[in-house]
Amino acid sequence: MNNTIDPERLRQRLADARAERLQASLQRRHRKEAVFRGLGLGAVCLALGFLAVLLFTIFSQGMSAFRSSHVQLTLEFDAQRLGDAGSERERLEQYQTWLDEALLRALDAPESRASAVRPLLSAAAVYQVRDRLEDVAARPGGRATLWVLASDEVDLIQTGVVDRAWPEAARSLSDQHLAWIDRLSEAELLERRYNRAFFTGADSREPEVAGIWGAVVGSFLTLVVTLALAFPVGVATAVYLEEFAPRNRLTDLIELNINNLAAVPSIIFGLLGLAIFINTLGMPRSAPLVGGLVLTLITLPTIIIATRSALRAVPNSLRDAATGMGASRLQVTLHHVLPMAMPGILTGTIIGLAQALGETAPLLMIGMVAFIANVPSGFADPATVLPVQIFIWSDSPERAFIAKTSAAIMVLLGFLAVMNLAAVLLRRRFEHRLK
Amino acid sequence: MKAVWGTLLLLLVSLITVAQAREHIRIVGSSTVFPFAAVLAERFGQSSQFPSPVLEATGSGGGIRFFCSGVGVRSADIVSASRAMTDYELNECAINQVGDVIEIQLGYDALVVANQRLAPELALTRADLYQALARQIPDPDTGLLMANPHRAWQDIRPDLPDMPIRIYGPPPTSGTRDAFVAQVMLPGCRTEPSLVALADQDVELYRQACEMLREDGVFIEAGESDAFIVSRLDTDATALGIFGYSFLKQNADRVKSLSIEGMAATEQSLAKGLYPVIRPLFLYVKASHLGVIPGLDAFVSEVISPQALGQGGYLQARGLIPMTEEVHYRMRQSIEHQMHKAASR
Repeated sequence: MNNTIDPERLRQRLADARAERLQASLQRRHRKEAVFRGLGLGAVCLALGFLAVLLFTIFSQGMSAFRSSHVQLTLEFDAQRLGDAGSERERLEQYQTWLDEALLRALDAPESRASAVRPLLSAAAVYQVRDRLEDVAARPGGRATLWVLASDEVDLIQTGVVDRAWPEAARSLSDQHLAWIDRLSEAELLERRYNRAFFTGADSREPEVAGIWGAVVGSFLTLVVTLALAFPVGVATAVYLEEFAPRNRLTDLIELNINNLAAVPSIIFGLLGLAIFINTLGMPRSAPLVGGLVLTLITLPTIIIATRSALRAVPNSLRDAATGMGASRLQVTLHHVLPMAMPGILTGTIIGLAQALGETAPLLMIGMVAFIANVPSGFADPATVLPVQIFIWSDSPERAFIAKTSAAIMVLLGFLAVMNLAAVLLRRRFEHRLK
Repeated sequence: MKAVWGTLLLLLVSLITVAQAREHIRIVGSSTVFPFAAVLAERFGQSSQFPSPVLEATGSGGGIRFFCSGVGVRSADIVSASRAMTDYELNECAINQVGDVIEIQLGYDALVVANQRLAPELALTRADLYQALARQIPDPDTGLLMANPHRAWQDIRPDLPDMPIRIYGPPPTSGTRDAFVAQVMLPGCRTEPSLVALADQDVELYRQACEMLREDGVFIEAGESDAFIVSRLDTDATALGIFGYSFLKQNADRVKSLSIEGMAATEQSLAKGLYPVIRPLFLYVKASHLGVIPGLDAFVSEVISPQALGQGGYLQARGLIPMTEEVHYRMRQSIEHQMHKAASR
């Protein structure tokens, strides 16, 4: 036995133990990192998975709404009859008679009653005929071949949402109607064609003519008001607070309030809008003007906060340099600081507007959650907005509105994507210009 | 920068100019009447030179309050309601000097109790539904009120299936709920002799026993969305749902109406007036707005026309149950008379 300690070996052993400990610790840390990475990746995958499911349901349900079933009919007019009809209602009844006759001819079922075949055509088909054939019908012995809208029930059969195999009692169209649909399809008189009404029309209780355009215009008008007010006011507030205002209790209080406002539930702003703009100032209900004012209040804090942080990110050396060259404070701000901060300000503004585009709750209070069958043509016309339209359609009993709802969501998502893209492009352009 | 100021100026100018006149008719009120009123509004817009009326679903109560808040372009011209206006509300209207209010009955709406289409048939009576839904029911032995112990349909009547009771229905703020209580719970309540006796002694307690629905998870409030109830029933074969007939009509492939007192809600039974659970739907029009708001007279004429409200009219196709021809004719006469009176003033 050798009891003496060899210093060399001891040093060696200690070094080995240390290396071992380090090795173990390194492995532990690596393992931790791998777990952390895995969790992060998992979270991203989970989120992407949810997004994929959401988008898939929306797209698979909504694609069918971009086309709608049309029937080709040849109408035979007699201008004399139309001239005899006095009121608009009598004229419409006359058109309806011609439409019924044309459908009966197309179905080759002259013994059937008009009321029996009418469920095949949209209730709005007669207005379509009236609008498109005003001049043709005025000619004596007029005759015209045109595609008119089929009813939503026919469209549901054609898209397979309503299964032909279901018992007759579970369908709104009878077996006889199905036979007629087959006859029209075979004669190539029934087709799913581009659904123009969806992109040009306003809301309707007939799913086949209900359109998104009224809501798109309403959203646009509302956002124009919001942008025109929130952008200058928000940027001016932020510039003053950041560049000019003295630091004291008052500005601290203002800052605190702005930050608080950003967290106030939006319905409160709706109540405020109802009380001030409508009840006190007497502005019209359901108008994009009032909607825009309310959304301005909601977007302002977002814009102010984004602008202030963008201004703060501009290096002080720039301000000092400009001041050193003899620029006034206003010149420093307008010529140097603001352009540098512009990318951040624009991003904040567009995010604020995108948020405003998706609001419904505050609009409920000021009457913009409403059925409006006309496309608005000004800031004071009654209007609704895209998310409200989605809400109204999703709550409708008619089955065909499910596809409409999804299609409207796609349109809304499209607008949001365009706005975010615009934010990115604008930022790029400004950053490029500054370099 | 100039463009921004220009827009601002334009806005200010429009602010000042828009405040006054109104070109469209404004309708507020019941979400049950909403789909029918929307069809009326749309048809009117298409077949006249006036714009379509603007419709807001605020619920019957909220709509009537807004309607009765005053006259003039800033108030509503018409309110829709899934129940008749109460004396209290009419009084409110009178206090705010709203003046004459013309009542138009549109017809009836049926309330259905439905389950999944493939689920077994279930024939219930209103007494059964009372036993299933009341928060407190009388003890069969003592007659004293006790918490509702029924968990399965079999507990109520031995010949009913051994299926848990689970019913989706509207919240207390809904007019549909009021109608359900009035049309199903109260008649069901009257089948209990001990409760009928209670009605004479303590009306308050009687009302509580009859009107309060369970809160122990058997009755599930589904918000104001009938669409949600239908989709729930689709996935749960043992559940029942309470909602309006128009949703049943549009979703006949997914849900079916249960029979109440031997009668299911079908097109035939409704047209013949055999189905027991129905409620009237109304529009109320401010007489003082006739001739002031453009198109209001024409709109009222359109609403009361047989093409709209009559048998075979376009609202019937949407699930409204029309009045009998005689009742409709008399109402039409009376409304035309009232409009005439308003015009001559």
